[in-house]
Parts: sequence; C-alpha cells; structure tokens
Amino acid sequence: MFRSYPPQIVLEAVLNGLLTGAVYALVALGLTLVYGVLHIINFAHGAMLTLAMFAVLVAHLGFGIDPYLAILPLTPLFFAFGYGLQRFVISPASRNDDGAILLVTLGLSIVIENLLLAIFRSDTRSLTLDYSFSVVDLGFALLSLPRVIGFGVALVVAAALWAILALTDTGKAIRAVAKEKLGASLVGIDVNHIYAVTFGLGAATLAVAACLLMPSFYVNPRVGNAFVLVAFTVVVLGGMGSIAGALVGGLVIGVVESLSGLYLGESLGQIGIFLIFILVLLFRPTGLFGAKA
Amino acid sequence: MLEVHSLTKRFGGLVAVSDVSLTVPEGSITGLIGPNGAGKTTLFTLVSGFQTPSAGRVLFCGEDITGRTPERLAVLGIARTFQIVQPFAGLSVLENIAVGAYLRFPHRADAMAHAGAVAERVGLTDLGRPAASLTVAGRKRLELARALATGPRLVLLDEVLAGLNPSEIRDIIPVIRAIRDAGVTILMIEHVMQAVMSLCEHVHVLANGRLIAAGTPAEVVGNPAVVEAYLGHGAAGRLQKGAAHG
Amino acid sequence: MSSGTFAAYRPILIAIAALAALPLAVPMLVSAGLFAGANTFYNLMIFILIITLAAQGWNIAGGYGGQFSFGHAAFFGTGAYAQAVLQTRYGVNAWAALPVAMALGGLVGAVIGLLAFRARLRGSYFALVTLAFAEVFRILANATPITGGAAGTLVPLRIGFGQMQFEAPAAFFYLALGFVAVVLLLNRLLERSRFGAWLVAVRENEDAARALGVDTLTVKLKAITLSAAVTAVAGALYTQKFLYVDANIAYGAWISVEALLAPIVGGIGTVFGPLIGAVALIGLGEAAKTLIHSAFGSAVPGVDLVVYGLLLIVVIAFAPRGLIGLLRAGGGR
Ligand SMILES: Nc1ncnc2c1ncn2[C@@H]1O[C@H](COP(=O)(O)OP(=O)(O)OP(=O)(O)O)[C@@H](O)[C@H]1O
Ligand SMILES: [Mg+2]
Repeated sequence: MFRSYPPQIVLEAVLNGLLTGAVYALVALGLTLVYGVLHIINFAHGAMLTLAMFAVLVAHLGFGIDPYLAILPLTPLFFAFGYGLQRFVISPASRNDDGAILLVTLGLSIVIENLLLAIFRSDTRSLTLDYSFSVVDLGFALLSLPRVIGFGVALVVAAALWAILALTDTGKAIRAVAKEKLGASLVGIDVNHIYAVTFGLGAATLAVAACLLMPSFYVNPRVGNAFVLVAFTVVVLGGMGSIAGALVGGLVIGVVESLSGLYLGESLGQIGIFLIFILVLLFRPTGLFGAKA
Repeated sequence: MLEVHSLTKRFGGLVAVSDVSLTVPEGSITGLIGPNGAGKTTLFTLVSGFQTPSAGRVLFCGEDITGRTPERLAVLGIARTFQIVQPFAGLSVLENIAVGAYLRFPHRADAMAHAGAVAERVGLTDLGRPAASLTVAGRKRLELARALATGPRLVLLDEVLAGLNPSEIRDIIPVIRAIRDAGVTILMIEHVMQAVMSLCEHVHVLANGRLIAAGTPAEVVGNPAVVEAYLGHGAAGRLQKGAAHG
Repeated sequence: MSSGTFAAYRPILIAIAALAALPLAVPMLVSAGLFAGANTFYNLMIFILIITLAAQGWNIAGGYGGQFSFGHAAFFGTGAYAQAVLQTRYGVNAWAALPVAMALGGLVGAVIGLLAFRARLRGSYFALVTLAFAEVFRILANATPITGGAAGTLVPLRIGFGQMQFEAPAAFFYLALGFVAVVLLLNRLLERSRFGAWLVAVRENEDAARALGVDTLTVKLKAITLSAAVTAVAGALYTQKFLYVDANIAYGAWISVEALLAPIVGGIGTVFGPLIGAVALIGLGEAAKTLIHSAFGSAVPGVDLVVYGLLLIVVIAFAPRGLIGLLRAGGGR
C-alpha cells in the first residue's frame, strides 16, 4: 500500500514540513490570539490573508517593493485595517453576540474574497524574484531559501508577539481582558479598544505571513481558504487561545501534511489534516496541549 | 419519597456537599436552608441529575436514581426550578410552559390546554407575551409553572422567592401550599425565613456542605449551631430581616 | 381539522398556489424585458427552488434547533452524488434513486450529528466540525473512482418522465416546487408539534430543556438527520436538473454558504425564511450581475457573492430576525 522511501527523502519532507509549518503557525497565531481574547472564531481570517497576499503582489508589481521589504509598510497598514474592522464593523454589527460575530466574519470573508475575485479574476499568480528558486544546501538536504527565511522570520514574529503580550502595558491589558472581561473594564481598561487592538495584531501577523509566503507561493482569490482550514486545525490542536500551542501545532501540521503528501499523494494528502482536525475536536476539544478552551 | 444517603460532591479540593443524608416524606413541604455557599444548590443539581455525586446514593420512591440524567428523572416525576432563572427567552410565556407540558401531553392541543391551566394555578396572565419581557416575580412564577407542567411528584424549588418584595411573597405562598395540597411533594431552598416558617413542616440546615441541624422550623431557628452558622457567615441580618416580614 | 389549524396553514397554501401560478406570468415578464426568454425564467426559478430546499433543510437544525452548520454541503453532495452514481453505475431508476439519496443524506447527517453532539460540540465548534466533514467529503469525492474523481459524473441525457428528465422546463419547476411545498407544510407541522417545541427549547436553553424532560441529544440527532435528508433531496434535484456533478459542486463550500445564508437573510427559524431569503439573495445577486455587466460591458465574477456577503452583514446588523421580521414589523403592529 505505502511506498517506502529512502530516509533522506523522508528527512527532507520532514524539514520542508517544518518550514511550511512555521508559516502555518504564524497564520494560526492571529487566529488563536483573537480567539483567546474575544472568544470568537474569525472566519474572515483566511480572506484577510488572501488580501494581504494580493497587497504584496501589488506592492511588488506596482511599486517594485521587494516582498520582504513590504513587511514594513504592510504590517502597520494591516494592523490599522484589523483594528478598524473590529471596532467599526464587526463589533457594532454583531452587538458582541457570539453567533452574530461568527456570521458577520463569515460575511466579511465572502465580501473580501469575491471583491478580490472581481478585481483580480480567478487567475493564479506568483512573483518571479531572483531568489525564488535559491536553495540552501545542508549537505544532507536541499531547502528552498525563501522558505528558510520564512521559517526564521515566523519564529521571530512569534517571539515578538509573545514579548508584546508579556512585557508591554497593552499586552498586560490584553491578557487581563482575555482572563476576565468584566474585571478588566472595572479597573478602567477600554475593552472595545483592546478587542480592536487584538484584532489588529491578528491582521498584522497575517501581513507578515503574506510577505513571507509570496516569494515561494502563489496567490488567487481563494488561496486563503486552504490556509484558514489548516490554521483552524493548528489552533484546535494547540488549544484555542494558546500561543505556544499554535507554534507547536503549526509545526506538527506542517510535518503531517508534508508526510501525508509524500505517502498519499497531493490530493489525498490534505485529508490527513482534516482528520486530525475532526478527531481533536471530537475527542480532545481543549487541544492536545491542554490549554483552557 | 426522596432519600439522600451520604451524598458528597467535590470540586477539586472544595467539598461542596459533604456526607449529607436526609429524607423528604411524601406529601410534605420540606425546607433546605443555610448560608450562602453552603452547598444547597449543588445538592439540588445532584438530586436532579445535572451533576453526578462523588459518593453517596439518591433514592426516589425506593428506587436508586443516582447518576440518572435530568431528562429521565423528569419522566420519573422529579422537576426542579433554577435559582438563576432560565426562561426560553425567545418564546412566549405559554410556549415556555408548554415545553414542560409536552412531557405528559404529546398532542399540541392538550399540551397547550394543560399549560394554560398550570399558568392559572401559579397566577400568570397575559400568556402571549415574550418571556423575556417578564418582571423578576413573573420569571419566578414561570420557573414554577414550567416545572409543574411536567406533572411532577416531587419538585425542587431553588429560591423561588428570592428577589421578590414582601407583597409578592405573600401572594405566592398560598400558590406553593396549593401545589402541595394537589399532591406534589416539595423540597424548597429558601432564604426568606417568613416563608420557611409558614410553609415547611420540616427543615434541614446546611453549612459548609454539611448538614448541621434538622427539625421543625421553630426548633431549627432556636438551635445555637444554626444561628452560629449564619452569624459566622455574616448572614444573621438576613435571618432577622426574613423573620421581620412575619 | 379545526379552523385554528387551518388558519396556521392558510398562508402556506396561498404561497404555494401563487408560486404554482407563476408560469402564467412568464409571457408578461419576458415581454417586460425582465427575462430573456421563458427558459431563462425557469432556470432561475428552478435554481432558487433548489437552493430554497437546501436552505429549508439547514433551517431545521440551524434555525429551529440553533445548531449552526457550516457544512451542509456534506448532505447536499451526498444526495447529488447518490442520485448520479446510482443511475450511472447501478442502473437504478431516477425516481427510485431519489429516496435512496435522501436516506443516505440523512444517514450522513445522523453519523456526523452523533459524533458531534456526543462530543458536546456547539456554537463555533459545531460549525467548524461540520465544515471539516464537508471538506473531507470533497477531497474524497475528488479522488475516488466511484464518484468519477476529478472529472465528476455525467448523467446521460435521456428525456422522459421515467428518467425524471423533462422536455418542458415547467415540469421540473413543478417538481422542485412540489418538494419545497411539502417541506413548507412539514415545517409548519414541526412548529406545531412536540418535537418542534422541544427543538426550539434546545436552541433557547439546553439545561432548562433537560430539566423539563427533553432528551436533548435525541432531539438534536433527529433534527440534524431530518435537516440533512431535506438538503440531500436538494442535491439530488440539482443532479437531475444539471445532469452533472463534481466534487466542487456537490461538496463545495458554496452550497454550505447558500444553505445558511438564505434562512438567515429571510428569517431564521421561520417557515418562509428560507424561501424569502433564497429569492432575495439570488434575485439581488442576479440584479447586481446584470447591473455590473451593463456598466462595465462585460461580466465581472464574484459580484453576486459580494452582494450576498454584504446582505448577510447588513441583516445581522439591522434585522436580526431577517426580512420576514422586517415585513412583520412594517406590516402592522
Ligand atoms: N460547578 C462548580 N465548580 C466549582 N465549584 C462550585 C461549582 N458549583 C458550586 N461550586 C461551589 O460550591 C459551593 C456551594 O455552592 P452552592 O451554589 O451549592 O451554594 P448555595 O448553598 O446554593 O448558595 P446560595 O445561597 O448563594 O445560592 C460554593 O463555594 C461554590 O462556589
Ligand atoms: Mg444556591
């Protein structure tokens, strides 16, 4: 049934899985952060990633900005976008009711995805950069340079996010709101502002993820869907709301996807992820690493 | 009718109900009192099947019902009200009661008619309006009506008088007595001592999860251990205030 | 039947009669320039009815029961594939295939429901797990030979009543309308039954329902099974109408979204919500497409869906009880 591969190919698949997994983790970070604080699932997360990827595309094709440099303008831009979206659309439209938030973010994802479709059409595009196909030779394995960079930056961003939450005043306020919303508002924290900041941070991580993805990946208006389902899986696996969980979950999923792609073929490979997703939801909804749901 | 044997419930390190045994005789109105956090509601959740006890047994009419689900207990004839009222907010008052009535009356016309009759028994009017629009007193009556609509043999009432003003309390006491007179056994948690004194034949006192006293209301109120339990928890004022209503 | 009972069903009977009389207006609508021809009209109406049926299915579990599924494609697709595969691979007659497709859809609903509800998934978690199941089905259908893999399954064109393929477009319109009508009546029956009352009680407050003797697991399982079966019929009709299915049509996210949008826009947990929502969504979507087409001189993909998404957000923000709620608020009281 299974083909057997020489260890070197398996090792390369595992390493590649880790590289992809870091970006998955980055995408999942925003999702889990928003869940941890607002206790909502942002269904527009995937569409926002697609939007960010198109922004990278336009920045490069229109203004000649290198994708990695695009991190500098796009991260604050997406922070502002996320902040505004939560503060002026999601929160007022849903009156902070959980079911309504789910549906409003679903509506947003439909709008964003199809606006992109209307503007850019369904073609799949990618960037051609001189380093797109550069490789790093580890001696025992060849790895794509953009993906190695992506791995490194993703870890840095995760660390930065952790530092923001742990060390800054805003971070402390975010954690306070996540733990006890009522208490936080009693001690004078503007809960709506913190919600919007959290949403903005989630969007900002997506902008970074998009910049890291574009040199080696493609974009079309539906590309975010694939990522968001993977990101949900990562978040569920790591425990909703857990940053460390998202990181580990992302790496695990990256490896699982890479190995099941190797053994089951591209089209069936994705099934491994969904099965994990379903099994975890059904049998371990607090996540494998036991974070509080 | 109801026998509770050495019932215990632990939440982590906290023992909310500790080795409690009591009986509720058929046809009685039995009281369960005690300071805040004594474990009264927890005892109800164990008896009504919403939580499973850590140890001990619950017998209903001689049958061991420990660990049965609330829905099965409702079929057997045990109904409860919630201390924090839980109306079906989107439904009308009558529809709320009908949900309970459907347990014994599978057909709509019968269930609706029964629901209307129960509403009348507890003094609810204007049945077409949304349950969300009821006052506190109205919601308490609705809790009572829904529980009664299931045709119970035993009802567990969790502070149905809390939050009502003295005249509302005076109005509802005869309703509760009439329920018992219609053949339904009642176990009630109550802080309003005036009601306990006038309704209950027998009272059990819970403090820190333990049963510390039992007897007639007059005996229990005179019991120094009980007074101390309340005073110790700073609830003596409420006790006196409750007594002052009478 | 007492007069009160009849009164409860009267608006539904009137609506069905009005829909059934719609073909009479076709020449007028065509000459008014609203439709290019009778076929355009029927194609649109049949599509609306199929979506309505899928949405009526969703509304049973989602609207009355409060269990928001984001993966009703799992049931639609099972119905669609069953209808196609039973005919093409097993030579089953189309009319005989339809109840089987419905039963298989119901079975898938029961299994997913059993797993999800036993695990006590609700809210977002239930939405996510249904979504994931639909995706698993999509990937499987895309890769297994029995469904025709990525190429999909083509049902051969053989016009004839026995094949459920009709020469006159009005015939399929009436077939689809028949199913929608039955479910409209069924939903009113449900609203006025013990099961319906318990289902709504589960939506409103599970603990309170249990205290009143409602076996919430059983009620939810029955609801999702019925819900899935109805949506599966919509899938089977889709196959009969277009004589082709592939994984992205049958198990694609589009149908999960349509099935949930229509009731929410129309009026969640109401008999007419799915129908009104489907008409509003598809009608506005078509109008937007036509408008953009004439403005830009060519079709622009996605505009109808942009309208759907905006409508969803606007409805949640300003009319949480849907268009039906607006109509009721506007029309008296
Ligand atoms: N699900 C739970 N998990 C953890 N602790 C609980 C839980 N339910 C109750 N407790 C604790 O058990 C103790 C008893 O609570 P309970 O609600 O039974 O008190 P009570 O006698 O009904 O008080 P009151 O008069 O205020 O209603 C309290 O300390 C409470 O915090
Ligand atoms: Mg209590």
